[in-house]
Amino acid sequence: MIAETRAEARDAAELVQVEYEPLPAVVDPERALEDGAPIVHDDFGTNSCYTWKLSAGDVDEEFGNASVVVKERYRQQRLIPNAMEPRGVIVQPFPATGELTMWSATQIPHIARVTLSMVTGVPEAKLRVVAPDVGGGFGSKLNVYAEEALALVLARKLGRPIKWIETRTEGYQATIHGRDQIQEIELAATSEGKIRAVRAKLTVAMGAYLQLVTPGVPLLGAWLYSGAYDVVAYDFECTGVFTTTTPTDAYRGAGRPEATYAIERAIDALARKVGKDPVEIRRLNFLREFPKTIASGLTVDSGDYDAHLDAALELLDYDAVRKDQAERRERRDTKEVGIGFSTYLEMCGLAPSRILGAIRYGAGGWDAATIRFLPTGTVQVLIGTSPHGQSHETTFAQIVADQLGVGYDEIEVLHGDTAVTPLGMDTYGSRSLTVGGIAVYKAAERIVEKARKIAAHQLEVGEDELAYDGGRFTANGGALTTKEIALQAWTAHNLPDGMEPGLEASYVFDPENFSWPAGTHIAVVEIDTETGNVDLIRYVAVDDVGKVINPDVVAGQIHGGVTQGVAQALWEEAVYDDDGNLITGSMVNYLVPSAAEVPSFELGSTETPSPTNPLGVKGVGETGTIASTAAVMNAVVDALSARGVTDIDMPATPERVWRAVKEVAS
Amino acid sequence: MIPAPFDYEVAESVDQAVELLGSRDDAKLLAGGHSLIPLLRLRFARPALLVDIGRMDDLRYVRDAGEQLAIGAMTRHNDLQHNPLVQEHTPILSHTAGLIGDPQVRHRGTIGGSVAHGDPASDLPTVLTALDADLVVRGPGGERTVPAEEFFRGVFETALGPQDVLTEIRIPKLGAAGWTYVKFTRRAQDWATVGVAAVVRRTNGTIDAAAIALTNMGPTPVRARAAEGALKTPDDAAGAANVVAQESDPPTDTSGSADYRRHLATVLARRALEEAISR
Repeated sequence: MIAETRAEARDAAELVQVEYEPLPAVVDPERALEDGAPIVHDDFGTNSCYTWKLSAGDVDEEFGNASVVVKERYRQQRLIPNAMEPRGVIVQPFPATGELTMWSATQIPHIARVTLSMVTGVPEAKLRVVAPDVGGGFGSKLNVYAEEALALVLARKLGRPIKWIETRTEGYQATIHGRDQIQEIELAATSEGKIRAVRAKLTVAMGAYLQLVTPGVPLLGAWLYSGAYDVVAYDFECTGVFTTTTPTDAYRGAGRPEATYAIERAIDALARKVGKDPVEIRRLNFLREFPKTIASGLTVDSGDYDAHLDAALELLDYDAVRKDQAERRERRDTKEVGIGFSTYLEMCGLAPSRILGAIRYGAGGWDAATIRFLPTGTVQVLIGTSPHGQSHETTFAQIVADQLGVGYDEIEVLHGDTAVTPLGMDTYGSRSLTVGGIAVYKAAERIVEKARKIAAHQLEVGEDELAYDGGRFTANGGALTTKEIALQAWTAHNLPDGMEPGLEASYVFDPENFSWPAGTHIAVVEIDTETGNVDLIRYVAVDDVGKVINPDVVAGQIHGGVTQGVAQALWEEAVYDDDGNLITGSMVNYLVPSAAEVPSFELGSTETPSPTNPLGVKGVGETGTIASTAAVMNAVVDALSARGVTDIDMPATPERVWRAVKEVAS
Repeated sequence: MIPAPFDYEVAESVDQAVELLGSRDDAKLLAGGHSLIPLLRLRFARPALLVDIGRMDDLRYVRDAGEQLAIGAMTRHNDLQHNPLVQEHTPILSHTAGLIGDPQVRHRGTIGGSVAHGDPASDLPTVLTALDADLVVRGPGGERTVPAEEFFRGVFETALGPQDVLTEIRIPKLGAAGWTYVKFTRRAQDWATVGVAAVVRRTNGTIDAAAIALTNMGPTPVRARAAEGALKTPDDAAGAANVVAQESDPPTDTSGSADYRRHLATVLARRALEEAISR
């Protein structure tokens, strides 16, 4: 419904009476694979969308020889991303030129332009996509949606601007969801608890239709089901399944939170089985030499897992919390305490283009930057990544300021506009700094290289005779600043022979590897065994995200990420009824936590620079979410383990906890 | 928010509000807006006319009326929380008002709006039921008083007729009685999964009188008479709590099943009674 005002459109839309013929629903991915289940797409004759396997080493032999086998089954409930700003799009047509400008609340203006051009036939060169300040995405805006294509087509057809803004309820129904998978994980171990092999099998709900990267999301975890642990054999299998639900797609961590959850829960189960402390069993299994090619075939760049585990234990005062736990049990306190660990390892910074090709991702993993040193001494930094809350403006300005010797306030970081920035691959998968940031760094290096040539020419010295510090070249008592050189490059009155005028440089960076952040997160919960209420009372996180550019930005990412992962453990769940209706249609019953629900996080850090990029940085946008869900659920199980509880489905609602306690008591 | 179209009038007095409510079929009162506005946004409520009494400051008061406190219907939750008369004479109301929603909600939401809305998950109706409050209603036929226990009729259903305006809440002063309201929520600002209001009068080792009411344990606030009767001595808290859900008919929803709510009511009632007895 198109109208002059939103109110008119809303009223008019009510006049449309749609008669729906109900089709049979199947909302559960395992149920959808059963014989006789309603088929979502008759053409296919099956709800199985694909099966993808990865296998290395002799897994069967390892399981055959294993003294201890742990077999666990977990459910990753369906989640709703809940970006602060809903989706929205405005398209302005320029009929005289045939150009169209789209402003969209998207994470991916560049990929959106490619896709929308292909879908609508608007020539790519006539289409400008702008992602202005976008209020978060968490992966839900790593997508190209029908409304964007519709707005584009309608604006072209009508020759008038078209605007569409999603309501929160529409967002819950029609913006992608996350997770929704059944995980089966098996560990083969020695009697001491040394893990030899891992088998993981996933059954993942795709929803009814595939969105941009729906089938690929669980596969981003395919290499990580052995976690931070050294195993010799590895087997992964994932089956994507059509269900009559909203499509799943990338949601903060995309595949890696799920993998981390499975292995971190399973290693705790193994610890219980062999009678070891969760700390001890982790130390027994840690990867220790880097770079390390792990069983699943990728190479972990760097790390020191004992270091962050030690730091986290010290922050926590582990022995004191265990003592409190023992004392409560001793006096039969109705409030139990549990400690949960997550010594996660993740791979991020999407990514080497050839690996993205291997999982049939439709685009590359490189990114680009252009730095333009303007004649009056201020600097434009044009980037191909597209921030929507990650503070690129701050972090990237720091990188440039350090190299060019200009103030932060003299640098403008421009992003999210296909008419302004170089072609890029946008922002998701904790890639902006490790890919786009490196492009910025390399482009700045090129600026300095060229400036050095100009300085050497004008100061009449050899390039290697120049000292460079803080934006100033000096030699033999002479000096030139980068700002002075920028003006010289612009006037071009006195440049080395054959040099192009101007002080501008670009770089396109395609990483040779992912980056591999790791860390130790420890959750402490207090469980009221009478009501079933779980209270997260402490949360310690020591992360190694390589070299840190801006500690506050990093801490902000970890705070938000941890809260989002805790939310999966304790509150959030998208629920469908058997007829395929979304029950949790608003924030009244889809429980997004507020600051009141979580304690003050106790953060620490260790630093092992990544050797695969010149800044030594690793990604941090998703680590908190990847780590925390497992830490909290391990704490919940730990609190109740003395009573005999070994598993609780997520979210660990008061009712689920109460029922689990009741069941083991009877 | 884009609600269905409606007309809008501002009432300057209760009489004018009553008159305006009578001027159209399906007219609705707007007080603090914290119950009605969300329903308008979803178009679940589609009144033809909204009568706004939000500017009627003469319904925003707390007065000492001898044996009772008289509270104007437009008194905000934040007022109840901090008003010295409420804190002195009906501290359970002050305490409970402080548990509602978040600061923004407490500064806009009104006691009259909360009561008139008749949501069984709201806290104040339960407390007023436990306190045997009287609700003063003005309608076309003049003024009448309805006891709280008769006021709530069902989910979002009350004794208010289409032209009635709830003007005042009268609450007996608590005196030396012990009291508490215990609320269990998933998140800090959520509606209660279950709430328990308890008021206990005791003379040393004997309970002289007890009033127990439950939130979200049925279509209206539930008065737990069986539990009240079982509470004869200060040692009877657990025994009384065991029968607290006897009269209830709790819902099953995403916050919990009916079974869980019955269990939760028992746990919370025991805690509430122990606290009220010892206060």
